[in-house]
Amino acid sequence: MSQITEALDAAPRPASPQSGITREEKIRYYTASQFQLMWWKFRKHRLALIGTLILGIFVFIAVFAEFLSPYTSTVRTPDYLFGRPQVLHFVDAEGKFHLRPFTYALTAAMDPKTFLLEVKEDTDEPWPVHFFVRGEPYKMWGVINADRHLFGVQEGHLHLLGTDQLGRDILSRLFHATRTSLTIGVVGLFISFFLGLIIGGISGFFGGGIDDVIQRFIEFIRSIPTLPLWMALAAALPKEWSPQRVYFTITILLGLLGWTHLARRVRGKLLSLREEDFVVAARIAGSTDARIIARHLLPSFLSYIIVDLSISFPYMILAETSLSFVGLGLRAPVISWGVLLQDAQNIQAIALYPWLFTPVAFVIVSVMAFSFVGDGMRDAADPYSR
Amino acid sequence: MARFLIQRFIIMILMLAALSVIVFITIELPPGDFADRRALDLRSQGVLVTQQDVTSIRHQLGLDRPWYQRYVTWISNILLHGNFGISFGLHRPVSEVLGERVGLTVLLAIATIIFTYGLAIPIGIYSAIRQYSLGDYAATMIGYFGMATPSFMLALILLYFSVMVFNNSVGGLFSSQYSEAPWSWGKFVDLLRHLWVPALVLGLAGTAFEIRTMRATLLDEKNKLYVTAARAKGLPEWKLLLKYPVRVALNPIVSTIGWELTAIIAGAPLVSFVLALPDTGPLFLRALLDQDIYLSGAILLMYAALTILGTFLSDVLLALLDPRIRYGERI
Repeated sequence: MSQITEALDAAPRPASPQSGITREEKIRYYTASQFQLMWWKFRKHRLALIGTLILGIFVFIAVFAEFLSPYTSTVRTPDYLFGRPQVLHFVDAEGKFHLRPFTYALTAAMDPKTFLLEVKEDTDEPWPVHFFVRGEPYKMWGVINADRHLFGVQEGHLHLLGTDQLGRDILSRLFHATRTSLTIGVVGLFISFFLGLIIGGISGFFGGGIDDVIQRFIEFIRSIPTLPLWMALAAALPKEWSPQRVYFTITILLGLLGWTHLARRVRGKLLSLREEDFVVAARIAGSTDARIIARHLLPSFLSYIIVDLSISFPYMILAETSLSFVGLGLRAPVISWGVLLQDAQNIQAIALYPWLFTPVAFVIVSVMAFSFVGDGMRDAADPYSR
Repeated sequence: MARFLIQRFIIMILMLAALSVIVFITIELPPGDFADRRALDLRSQGVLVTQQDVTSIRHQLGLDRPWYQRYVTWISNILLHGNFGISFGLHRPVSEVLGERVGLTVLLAIATIIFTYGLAIPIGIYSAIRQYSLGDYAATMIGYFGMATPSFMLALILLYFSVMVFNNSVGGLFSSQYSEAPWSWGKFVDLLRHLWVPALVLGLAGTAFEIRTMRATLLDEKNKLYVTAARAKGLPEWKLLLKYPVRVALNPIVSTIGWELTAIIAGAPLVSFVLALPDTGPLFLRALLDQDIYLSGAILLMYAALTILGTFLSDVLLALLDPRIRYGERI
């Protein structure tokens, strides 16, 4: 008996009439533009908002990498190789509080047992941290000469995330890598966007034999393990190519990676839309195929495409990271998250210098943020469903 | 059923053929060919090799013929004699090198698939019938993390914690006393004890995805009228659940085994590399870095063949599960 009542409880019921909505709110809802409706719906997704904020920070870092990082990506601190992350202090050895944070000078000594460099903080000599400090000269966006950094020290050195084997500041390198990794993702995304749009468009708009051939081709591509194939292609790039040329080619390779999903989506939408009355009307009115696609079909499913793009962005970043991590992708002096992670390839590095591992956090946080934003955008893409 | 199987089988063969062409292209892409490599080898041994010699080596090996003739030679050597060519880096036939390691790769893939579905199906069912419970939230959170973290990075994180916290590395597939030993029952048990780590790492993303799929489909199904009807007739709850809605919800899960396998194979080389497994993964990466093209080509071909075979098997499984597919209806 109780099972039956349970079953009745579980059965879907007609939605209760919405109460507590005033007339003004209704008017606001029905007169809102499509974009406003999307934004309202997106706003409801708490995680998506957090994700957007995080991505905003990443973009900010990517744009102002030179200014935000205390050092340039190549400058070395020769007496601080594989240096531990330095700690910021506000309270000194005597227990006095300082508003200006400082870090202590470090003294290195060989540990007689392990033969490893033991670094101790020298509490007698504080190195105060200054804002807008004059430091290594750099070229902002490769154009403007500058030497101001957001923060840094005037005496000693400041490595909040430690240094690598050459004594280069990891935080600064990470900021520069963020720029590379994000731009390569965006450019790759544009390439797959156009490929997906064109191929899916042809497939869906013309249908018939062309459609069949393209669909079989897409099925074929989706059934091969793409990453190993892409590795093989990346490995075929001549060794003597310049890093910039490799960068360019890898971007194109990544772009070729993600278009199948989008092409399917475009095709599906086109197939269902092309029988709609407004398309028939446009055709009778004498519009060309190109005009029908661009003016009538594209706007009606653009939001879905944007959602798909935001979902496939993480795959671009992950693919780049994977390729570079094993040394098949980008090469020094270009720095990306994957290139930085090359230093953390083996177990010794992880055990002895765990701070080399910080790029992992950047990758995971950015990819998770993107999945949240993608989820929120998927909900918002169709603002009329409640 | 027979017609369906034959049709799928023919498609599989066609895809394999197309793939072998693509693999052949990647083999041909790097500048220089076997003759150049041989000349380089000989020169490094102190033999004087002239340009004329290189040309004659090239002619002897048939490398100056058009590409489709070379493709036919290459593929018929593989099919008729099992001859994949010579590994430049290891100076041994590729088939010999691969023979030692392919078994482990296949075993790893199978273990991962079993792991993925063995976890995803029960957890998915649990999340659906206890929706919004603590366990459901936990599964969702792990799912987000699992899908956001690429498998090789997960392997790195696991390595990191195993070294930092437990002071013991999780890498490798065998304990030290078994690594060089011949196969025995003890070695097999030892292998199983190590195998769960790479299987977990490789399977987590897939598990997360399948849990979500299972949960969503089951949530749709469990409120349908046929479930209510069966319940009203007095069927015990677990029997009812497993016999009707779960069976329907299994459909989309089984149909993605092929993709799942593709994803596993794609992630496997990097994970094997990070965890230092003695399978084809590290071999593949080293072959790529050294441009040891016949070796990398053979491994690539093997990966592709594995995924296509997997897709075929998942098609067969789906046909067994769903009579509509057996009788040629499209869903």
